[in-house]
Amino acid sequence: MTAAPALLLEGVHKSFDKHEVLKGIDLALEPHDVVCLIGASGSGKSTLLRCVNLLEPIDQGRIVLGGDEITAPGVKVDRVRRRVGIVFQAFNLFPHMTVLRNVTLGPIRALGASRAEAEAEARELLGRFGLADRAGDYPDRLSGGQQQRVAIVRALAMRPELMLLDEVTSALDPELVAEVLSVIRELAESGMTMLIATHEMSFARDIAHRVCFLDEGVILEEGDPEQIFTAPREPRTQQFLQRIVAAGRL
Amino acid sequence: MRASAASGRRSTLIALGSTIVFAVVVVLLVTNAPGWPAVKRAFFDGEVFRESLEVIPEAFLLNVKIFLVAEAFILPFALLIAILRGLPGPVFFPLRALAVVYADFFRGVPTILVIYMLGFGAPALGLSWIPIDPLFWGVVALVLVYSAYVSEVYRAGIESVHPSQEAAARSLGLSRAKALRFVILPQAVRRVVPPLLNDFIGLQKDTALVGLLGVVEAFRQSQIEAANTFNYTPYVVTAIIFILLTIPLARLTDWLVARDRRRQLAAAGAR
Ligand SMILES: Nc1ncnc2c1ncn2[C@@H]1O[C@H](COP(=O)(O)OP(=O)(O)OP(=O)(O)O)[C@@H](O)[C@H]1O
Ligand SMILES: [Mg+2]
Repeated sequence: MTAAPALLLEGVHKSFDKHEVLKGIDLALEPHDVVCLIGASGSGKSTLLRCVNLLEPIDQGRIVLGGDEITAPGVKVDRVRRRVGIVFQAFNLFPHMTVLRNVTLGPIRALGASRAEAEAEARELLGRFGLADRAGDYPDRLSGGQQQRVAIVRALAMRPELMLLDEVTSALDPELVAEVLSVIRELAESGMTMLIATHEMSFARDIAHRVCFLDEGVILEEGDPEQIFTAPREPRTQQFLQRIVAAGRL
Repeated sequence: MRASAASGRRSTLIALGSTIVFAVVVVLLVTNAPGWPAVKRAFFDGEVFRESLEVIPEAFLLNVKIFLVAEAFILPFALLIAILRGLPGPVFFPLRALAVVYADFFRGVPTILVIYMLGFGAPALGLSWIPIDPLFWGVVALVLVYSAYVSEVYRAGIESVHPSQEAAARSLGLSRAKALRFVILPQAVRRVVPPLLNDFIGLQKDTALVGLLGVVEAFRQSQIEAANTFNYTPYVVTAIIFILLTIPLARLTDWLVARDRRRQLAAAGAR
């Protein structure tokens, strides 16, 4: 008997008005898998991640998280979101709260943890990611890289079984990208199951167990990073990667 | 540094000088007007002024009380209306519609009409279980009218918080209500403190309308004084008292706005 996949998408469709963004996505992540989603801007990477976190309702298909169908009618969305961490491109920290309060809000208010417990765990996580001395600061006092690491810690504090990362380095100055990528690398090594949308091809190649190329609303090609980046089968994947190389991003 | 201190002193002097010149011109214009002696007797009688000071400030305490009590109801009630108006989905359509009608109605009807209709109408219904005290109905009228304005202020604040903040809160598994309470409202309220204080100033003035129901607050008291002395000086006294209370509120508002701007600049600089 095999364990249930960490995440399973079957025939997921999603439209905004007349515009069909996802046209039948099939995807499976085993526990501890790190899967990178690549694809042109507007191909629907963010939409896919937002669907998994139920921030967007899907029109067709089903999504199964650790054996539970989360797109079934009557599922409590808040419960599902507590099991899935998401980190956005724009950090989206809460500007009126200190770093520590940002990190403890979810555990205290959504999970019902005691303040002492939540703070102890938050401090430990902050320390692990080099943010121990920033616990009392407000987000606008931090660099972009620090803010994004806080956003990652905020998601981790919920002890999620799956992390969704949406272009978490795209809003950062180039010199701040490395510190955030190393945090993600550490997460991958610690066995976190992750679905990562990214434009950082060399990072995807380096960290991903599998890479999915999203094109025209479907996963056109899926494979291990070596194969995708060196010997893509689909002409559209080749074109996409050629454009990336031409832009100096691989 | 020293140069800027000196230039600061100089601009203070210039401001002071021009203010004095302006004031002198206005005073000369008014006091040389043909009707001035009559106006002076009617509005600026020293004797009446002193007499008024003995009773009107005391009556004004009632205005302050009306203001404080009304505000204590307006702040939460208006917030409730603003929240109702933001409820999502078709289920809540009736509540949303109710909130819209409420805000439109009470912003549209002149405050003085609401005061009259409630103050004279409600007690006249003859229902034994509702109060007949005009003071009560005056306060109710102010709460109804000002809640409509303040709910719009809150709503503007709530809408000024970027939707990604709600998404971030919801993604942590917080319910809509908790996202509103812990993430959206604290940011919204902070942003609307200055316009909120502006509405406070308006309310403070409109407490005088309750006097029209016969409640003896500062305005009503000055009417009584004026009738007794055949002189309008009591009104001037009342005006001065209202202004004295408004100035600190107005300056506080300015100060808060300036502080917010400084903070935003500092935050932008830190990044
Ligand atoms: N809330 C929305 N309403 C309407 N259209 C939307 C919405 N969100 C996304 N879209 C559309 O869906 C398409 C996919 O958007 P999405 O943000 O998922 O792409 P992406 O692959 O993440 O792009 P990028 O690499 O630029 O982040 C785009 O055409 C976008 O305009
Ligand atoms: Mg995106």
